[in-house]
Amino acid sequence: MTGARSERWTPVLFLAPAVVALLAIGLYPLLLALTTSFRTYLVAKPNLPKDFVGFANYAAVLGDPTFWQALGRTFLFLLVVLPIELAVGLAIALLLHQPGLSLLRALLRLSLVIPLATTFAVVGLIGRLMFNDQFGVVNHLLGIVGIAPVQWLGQPTTAFLAVALMDIWQWTPFVALVLLAGLTMVPAEIEEAAKLDAGGAWAILRHIQLPFLLPGITAVLILRTADILKLFDLIFVMTRGGPGSATELIAVYIQRIGFRVFDQGIASAQAILLLIVTIVLSRLYIRLVYREVA
Amino acid sequence: MSRGARLLRAAAILALTLFCLFPFYWMVATSLKTTAEALASPPTLWPHAPTLEHYRVALIDKGVGPSLVNSLIVAVGTTGLALALGLPAAYAIARYEFRLKRDLWFWFISHRMLSPICVALPFFLIARSLGLIDTHLVLILLYLTFNLPVVIWICADQFRSVPVELDEAAVIDGLGRFGIFWRIAIPLAAPGIVVSAIFSFIFSWNELLFALILTRAGTRTAPVAATTFMSGYELPWGEIMATGTLIVLPVTVFALLVSRHLVRGLTMGAVK
Repeated sequence: MTGARSERWTPVLFLAPAVVALLAIGLYPLLLALTTSFRTYLVAKPNLPKDFVGFANYAAVLGDPTFWQALGRTFLFLLVVLPIELAVGLAIALLLHQPGLSLLRALLRLSLVIPLATTFAVVGLIGRLMFNDQFGVVNHLLGIVGIAPVQWLGQPTTAFLAVALMDIWQWTPFVALVLLAGLTMVPAEIEEAAKLDAGGAWAILRHIQLPFLLPGITAVLILRTADILKLFDLIFVMTRGGPGSATELIAVYIQRIGFRVFDQGIASAQAILLLIVTIVLSRLYIRLVYREVA
Repeated sequence: MSRGARLLRAAAILALTLFCLFPFYWMVATSLKTTAEALASPPTLWPHAPTLEHYRVALIDKGVGPSLVNSLIVAVGTTGLALALGLPAAYAIARYEFRLKRDLWFWFISHRMLSPICVALPFFLIARSLGLIDTHLVLILLYLTFNLPVVIWICADQFRSVPVELDEAAVIDGLGRFGIFWRIAIPLAAPGIVVSAIFSFIFSWNELLFALILTRAGTRTAPVAATTFMSGYELPWGEIMATGTLIVLPVTVFALLVSRHLVRGLTMGAVK
């Protein structure tokens, strides 16, 4: 019976290295963050006792208006970029799905890869250059249609918009590719039959294609929410969260508390709260998007 | 389709292509302009006197060269480690039934949602107490939090497509479990393994937050080096964009290679 026993242990042996690694670098730090979140922990004052303070850090975070503002700003950002990314992404997907013009379509299909591959930090650099108020190309293009130069990164609302535009540039192709994958799942004969029934493009989209698009749309909604909760590189490079705190989304805010204010106790409590949101999102993603697997 | 509709559609496709390419083009064009031209108002649409001077200054004088080497060491190191740890795990998930398999699977996937800042805070304290700040090793290890799940996901998918009959034939030939994995499964799953390795490389190459917190002058990666330019009043835009181009160009080539799998990698296989 040694054969059967060794058979039972084989998957354990195969899995152990990966599981141990993820426990050590993924789970252990999170547990450490959890214990830090119950303590006073000021990095700049290493000799201060790291007292256990119970839920005091959490109470401080939840009672702090700047935390709620950062969170509110994050969801506002989501509300600004997501509808545009979905609408333009859908338009791109529909254009790519229609037959004809195959050379142009192949060109667009390849171009979609460029924004997705561009290093997030470099997207921030490009944003700073293009939205520069003196020699930026955006103001130049606006000038051509008669709009006066805008101090894009110098004012709260326009800085927020400029960052949002760079996010839209980078992530619309992702939405387009996900939706295109959904469109290709529509059985060709059903689509042809609907066209012969003299259904307009809108009717076909609503009644024939939409059911096939829904899983992709769900995936986009959850992943983009998770990604915007993570969004750091682009903002850090483009605006550092400024002017003031106009573009300080939640991940940038927590980074500032942890590494510029050096209050690890408070920052850890914030990170744990963010982690709870993450766990909820993951559950949703798995339940709604992996339906056929789960 | 009528002629007008066809033209309209062609125009829309071209406009969207332009939208995708323009910021990238602008970066490359600016990197080739002279300093005066880069700051000219109104801006010139293409470099009138193209020069590689900014690349020379960035690579040699500003230390971008060594930071690219650091990025390469980290990205290759973490990708190798992710494959070494992830391939057996992916194989086990594809070939065996065991308790908690689905929970394990979902745990791997949930790393896709994890905000790096949640791990970065405590890992900074761990790395400091272990003396790992400013080493390649700390990034190689930390990048596993996102590389390992992607490698496991894509490769498990690929291992499932290797016919089980081949395993059975190999048993008759006297190969053990590990022999089958090493001699049969890995060569046959090579296309998926390459795709997952490219993803792992791209994600690591592009990473900023962990590198910003955990590296100093000695092991600074290229994205961190790019951000160090961003202080002071007179920004050297030519050098900054040359650095950006040097960082982005290699990953763009890789991304074009795996463009058919891009969505699969970014959605953890939920959308193919």
